[in-house]
Amino acid sequence: MEESPILNKKQNDNEYVRQVAQQQYAFGFTTDVETEVIPKGLSEDVVRLISRKKGEPEWLLEFRLKAYRHWLTMTAPTWAHLRMPEIDYQDISYYADPTAKAKKKDGKPEDIDPELMKTFDKLGIPLEERLALSGTAVDAVMDSVSVKTTFREKLSEKGIIFCSMSEAVREHPDLVRQYLGTVVTYRDNYFAALNSAVFSDGSFVFIPKGVRCPMELSTYFRINARETGQFERTLIVADDDAYVSYLEGCTAPMRDENQLHAAIVEIVVMNRAEVKYSTVQNWYPGDAQGKGGVLNLVTKRGDLRGEGSKLSWTQVETGSAITWKYPSCILRGNNAQAEFYSVAVTNNYQQADTGTKMIHIGKNTKSTIISKGISAGKSENSYRGLVKVSKAADNARNYTSCDSLLLGNQCGAHTFPYMDVQNPTAVIEHEATTSKISEDQLFYCQQRGIATEDAVGLIVNGYAKDVINKLPMEFAVEATKLLSVTLEGTVG
Amino acid sequence: MLEIKNLHATINGKEILKGINLTVRDGEVHALMGQNGAGKSTLSNVIVGHPAYEVTQGDILFNGKSILSMKPEERACEGIFLSFQQPVEIPGVSMVNFMRAAVNAKRKYQGLPDMSAGDFLKVMREKRKLVELNSKLANRSVNEGFSGGEKKRNEIFQMAMLEPTLSILDETDSGLDVDALRIVAEGFNTLRNEQTSALVITHYQRLLDYLKPDIVHVLIDGRILKTGTPDLALEIENRGFDWIREEAGL
Amino acid sequence: MDSRGGRTVSAQEQYIELFREQRTLIDRYAAPLMNDQRDAAFESFLKQGLPTRKTEKYKYTDMQQLFAPNYGVNLTRVDFPVNPYDSFKCSVPNLSTLLYFVVNDQFYTKALPQAQLPEGVIVDSLRSVATERPELLKPYYAQLAKSDLDPVNALNTMLAQDGLVIFIPRGVRMERTLQVVNILRSDVDLMVNRRVLVVVEENAEAKLLFCDHASDDRDFLVTQVTEVFVGENAHLELYDLESTHAKSHRIANTYVRQERYATANVTTITMHNGLTRNQTEVQLAGENAEISLNGCAVLDKRQHADNNTLIHHIVPSCQSNELYKYVLDEQAVGAFAGMVLVDAAAQKTLSNEVNANLCTSPDAHMYTQPMLEIYADDVKCSHGSTVGQLNDQAMFYMQQRGIAKEDARMLLKFAFVGQVIDSIRLEPLRDRLHFLMEKRFRGELSKCEGCKVCN
Repeated sequence: MEESPILNKKQNDNEYVRQVAQQQYAFGFTTDVETEVIPKGLSEDVVRLISRKKGEPEWLLEFRLKAYRHWLTMTAPTWAHLRMPEIDYQDISYYADPTAKAKKKDGKPEDIDPELMKTFDKLGIPLEERLALSGTAVDAVMDSVSVKTTFREKLSEKGIIFCSMSEAVREHPDLVRQYLGTVVTYRDNYFAALNSAVFSDGSFVFIPKGVRCPMELSTYFRINARETGQFERTLIVADDDAYVSYLEGCTAPMRDENQLHAAIVEIVVMNRAEVKYSTVQNWYPGDAQGKGGVLNLVTKRGDLRGEGSKLSWTQVETGSAITWKYPSCILRGNNAQAEFYSVAVTNNYQQADTGTKMIHIGKNTKSTIISKGISAGKSENSYRGLVKVSKAADNARNYTSCDSLLLGNQCGAHTFPYMDVQNPTAVIEHEATTSKISEDQLFYCQQRGIATEDAVGLIVNGYAKDVINKLPMEFAVEATKLLSVTLEGTVG
Repeated sequence: MLEIKNLHATINGKEILKGINLTVRDGEVHALMGQNGAGKSTLSNVIVGHPAYEVTQGDILFNGKSILSMKPEERACEGIFLSFQQPVEIPGVSMVNFMRAAVNAKRKYQGLPDMSAGDFLKVMREKRKLVELNSKLANRSVNEGFSGGEKKRNEIFQMAMLEPTLSILDETDSGLDVDALRIVAEGFNTLRNEQTSALVITHYQRLLDYLKPDIVHVLIDGRILKTGTPDLALEIENRGFDWIREEAGL
Repeated sequence: MDSRGGRTVSAQEQYIELFREQRTLIDRYAAPLMNDQRDAAFESFLKQGLPTRKTEKYKYTDMQQLFAPNYGVNLTRVDFPVNPYDSFKCSVPNLSTLLYFVVNDQFYTKALPQAQLPEGVIVDSLRSVATERPELLKPYYAQLAKSDLDPVNALNTMLAQDGLVIFIPRGVRMERTLQVVNILRSDVDLMVNRRVLVVVEENAEAKLLFCDHASDDRDFLVTQVTEVFVGENAHLELYDLESTHAKSHRIANTYVRQERYATANVTTITMHNGLTRNQTEVQLAGENAEISLNGCAVLDKRQHADNNTLIHHIVPSCQSNELYKYVLDEQAVGAFAGMVLVDAAAQKTLSNEVNANLCTSPDAHMYTQPMLEIYADDVKCSHGSTVGQLNDQAMFYMQQRGIAKEDARMLLKFAFVGQVIDSIRLEPLRDRLHFLMEKRFRGELSKCEGCKVCN
C-alpha cells in the first residue's frame, strides 16, 4: 500500500456509512463455478448427509440430531419488531460446495478454482498470502465450505489454531468437543437449534495460554449458490492471558428470493484473556422495492469465564433484508469487562432488530453499550438490549447509550432496552435519544459551502464515529477495498 | 487544639502519609504548602475521617481526645470543618434543608434543642451576607449549578453557619478570581478569633497574603520537611520547592 | 377457587362462571349504559383470557396468581356500614378541598360537601348518572378503555356496576380541588371493580386528588378502570395517591385522551401498598397538547409496584414529559415499562422520559424498560434510566457537615423522590407530601393508619 492505513481510515470514515446507505449494492455479482448442491429439504436424512459429506465423527452427528429433534419442537420467535416473511424450511438447500469439482478423495481441494480466487479478489480479500493486507490472516468461506485459510503455518508456530470448522473437527476433535455448544446450546433459540443441526463451515480459533495473536484473524463469508441457506458456525477460544482480534465480513449476490443465513458465533474467554470481535455485515439487502435480500438471523455470544476476561463486540450492520442479531456477553468471571459498539444502517425496506445482552454474574464486572441506529427510506431499525445484574454480581457497572437518527419520514427508529437489577450495589445507566439531523448543523455546514448531501454525509459519519473508530485499523483498510468495489463501474 | 503524632495513612494499600507531626494551638492559623501529590488533601481527608483512607500508625488528637475512632459526623460536631477542594453537587437537596440538618445535628450533639425555623432563617440571612452569597443560590440544591467561585463561597458560608473551632481550607483559593478570593478571605478573617484555628492548604502565596498565617509548613512526599514563619511561604513563592528537598537530602 | 385443572384455567374460569351465572344480578344493580357493553366485553375476555407472565405487558406482575383466590363480590350492592368522616377528617393545610368518598365502588352520598358546585359540574355515582342521563355519558363510557385492548378492561367492563363520574362542563374553571377518597371496607376478602369517568370539556379546568385507602385487615383485589377526557384547551391536574396496606392488590388502568392545546399533569404515587399495577395510557390526539406524566413508589417489605405507561403521540407538535422514581428496600419488587410511541404524522414531537431507581437492599429487585417507538423524523425524543445507590461523595460531604449517616441517607432518599413531588402544582399538597414522604423514610409511616394524607 502506498498510503498509510491510518490516512485511509480517516478519509473513509467520513464516507463509509453514507456510502453504504445510499449506494447501490456493489457485491451483487454471482460467481460462475460448478457447485455441488444437495437437494432441497430438511430431515434427519439431510442432517446425516451433511455430517457424512464432512466426514464427521459420531458424537457430532449425535449433536446435530439432538439439535434437529429439538428444533422440531420449537416455533420461530415473534417478539422482535420485524415483519418476517414466512420461511419454508423445505424449500432451501442446506449444503452447497463450490470446491467440490476440485476436490480430491481426501476431501481437500487440490487447487482452488481460479473463479473463486477472482471472486474474493473482487471483494477485496486476496487469498494469496503475498498480496494479503498486512497483518491479517483470512478464512474465506463460500456457501457451506471454507475455500482457503491463509497464514495457517505462520500462526501454528505460536500454537495458534486458525482453520475452518470442518478441519478443526478432523484435526482437533477434542478441543472442538470441549467447547462446541457450551456458550450457545442447541436449546438456546429456534435459529440456534437449526444451525446446530445443519451448520456447515465457519472458523475455529484457539489461542493458547499467554499468547498474543500477532495478526488480525478474519473470516469472510460469501453466499453464492441459489436457494441455499448459509449456516456457518464460528468458535473462538482464548485461553488464559491470550489476546486476539477477529474480524468478520460478509456479502451475497443479488437474488430475487430471500436467502436464509442462520449463524452461530461462540466465544470463550478465559482468565485475563481478551477478544475483540468486529463485523462489517454487508449481506445483500434486497432491492429498492424490498424484494429479495438475506435474512440474517444470528446468535452470537461470548462467555467471559475467567477473572478479568475482556470481550468487545463491534458491528457495522449495513446489509440484509432482515437482521435479527444480539451479540451478547456473559460476564461470569470476577472483574470481567465487556463492550458492545454498534452502527446499524437501514434503508429502503430493510429491517433491523439488533442489540446486545449483558449478563452480569461475577463481581466487579463492567459493561458498556454504545449503539447508533440510522434509518432511511421505508426501513425499520430497532435497538433491543438486556442488562441483567444477578444477585451475586456485586459492584456491577453498566453504561448504555443508544442514539437513533431518522433520515426521512417513512422510516421507524425504536429503542427497547430491558434492565433487570437484583443487586443493590449495581450502577446501571441508560440513555437514549432519537432525532433528525439538526437544521442548525446543516445550515452551519451549508454556510461554510458544503452541499446538503455532503453535509448530511458528514454529520451522519460524525454521528457514527464513536463506533467506527473501534474497528481495527486493518478492517478500515478492508472497508476501503470494499468501497472501491462499491464504486467500481460508477467512476470511469 | 490539634495534635497530629507520627501519622501514617494509606489509600488502596499505598502509603501517602509517612509520619506527619503537627500541632496547631488555639487561635493559630497554619499554612500547609506542597506540590501536587505531596499528601496535602490526604491529610485533610484523614483528619475529617474519609472512609477511603486508612490510618496505619500514629494518632490525631483534637482538644486532647483521639478522634481516630470517631465517625466523620462526630468529628464535624466536635468542631472540625473541611472546606472541600471540589465540593460535590447534591441534586434535590436544598441548601436550606441541608444547612438546617447540619446546624441541628451539631446542636443535638451539644445537647441543645433544635433551632426554630425563624431563627434559623435569620442566621442564614446574616451569614450569607458575609460571603456575598446571593439568596437565589441559597434556595438551590447543594452546589448544583454553582460556578467554581460560588461553590467556594458556599463552603465559607457553611463554615460561618457551623462555627467550627478548627477549619481546614483545602485549596480554597484554586479557581477563584481576585474578587472572589478577597471575599472568601475576608469572610474567613471575620470569623476568626482567639478560640478558632485553621489549617490552610495551598500552592500559592496569594491566599496567605490575606490570611496571614502564624506558621508555614512544607509537605513533601508525605512528611513535613520544613516549618517556618510566613517568610517561608514567600521564599517558596520565589524559589519553588526543590531547595527544601535538597536541604533535606532527598 | 376449586382445583379443577391447572391454576391457569381456574383463575379465569371463576370470572367466566361468575359472569354467566350472575349476569341478571349484575345488570339489575347497574345502569343500562353499562350493561350494554357487557356482552362485547365478555367475548373479548374469553378471547384474551387473563394475562400470563409471557404476555409482554404483564411480564412483571403475575396476574394468574393475583386473580386465583376466591374473593367475595358485592353484586347486590349491600351497604357496608362506614362513617368515613370518623376516620378521614381532611386537614391538608390550606388545601380546602371538596371532599367526596367512594366506599369500595359505591359513591358515598351521606356526607357530601356543603359547598355549591358551579353550574353543570357533576361529581356523583356513575350508576346514577348513567341511569338518569345516559346521553351525557354515552360518548365517553368504554370509549377509551376498550375491552379488546386489555383483559383487565374487559373484566372490569363485564363486572363493574358503579363508580364515579366527574364532569366539568366547557369553560368552567374549578378553583377548589376535588378530593376523592377511595376507602376499601369489608368484613370478608373482597373484589372491587370500580369504574371512573372524568370529563373536562373544552376550556375547563380541574384539579383532582384521588386517595386510596384500606380500612380493614382483609384481602382486597381492586380493578379500577379510569377514562379521562381532556377537551380542547382544557387543563387537568390528576393526582393519585395510594396509601393502603400489605393485603391490598390494586390493578388500575387509566386512559387519558387530550385534544388540541389540552394540558394535563398526571402523577401517581405509591406511598404504601401490597401489590400495585398501574397501567397509564395517554393519547395526545390534538395538536399542541402537553402531558406531564409522573410517578414514584416507595417500597419495602414484600411490596410490589409495576407501572406500565404508554404515551402515544398521534398528531404533530405535542409534548410529553415523563418521570418515574422508585426507592426499593428489603424484598420489594419494582417494575417500570414506559413506551413512547410517535406516529408518522406526529412531526415536531418533543418527548423526554426518565426512570431513576434506588435499590438499597440486596433482596430488592428492579426491572426497568424505557421504550421508544418512533415513526416520524422531525422529532426530539429521549429517555434515560438508571439504577443505583446513594452517592458516596454526597454522603461523606453531609457527614463532614455533622449530619449523621442515617440522616444523610434519609435526606438523599428524600431529595431523590422530591423531584417527582415537586412536579405537583398544588402547593399545599406538595408540602404535605414532602412531609409524609419524610415520615415514610423515617419508618414512621410503616403501616396504613387510616388516611395519612387527610389526618
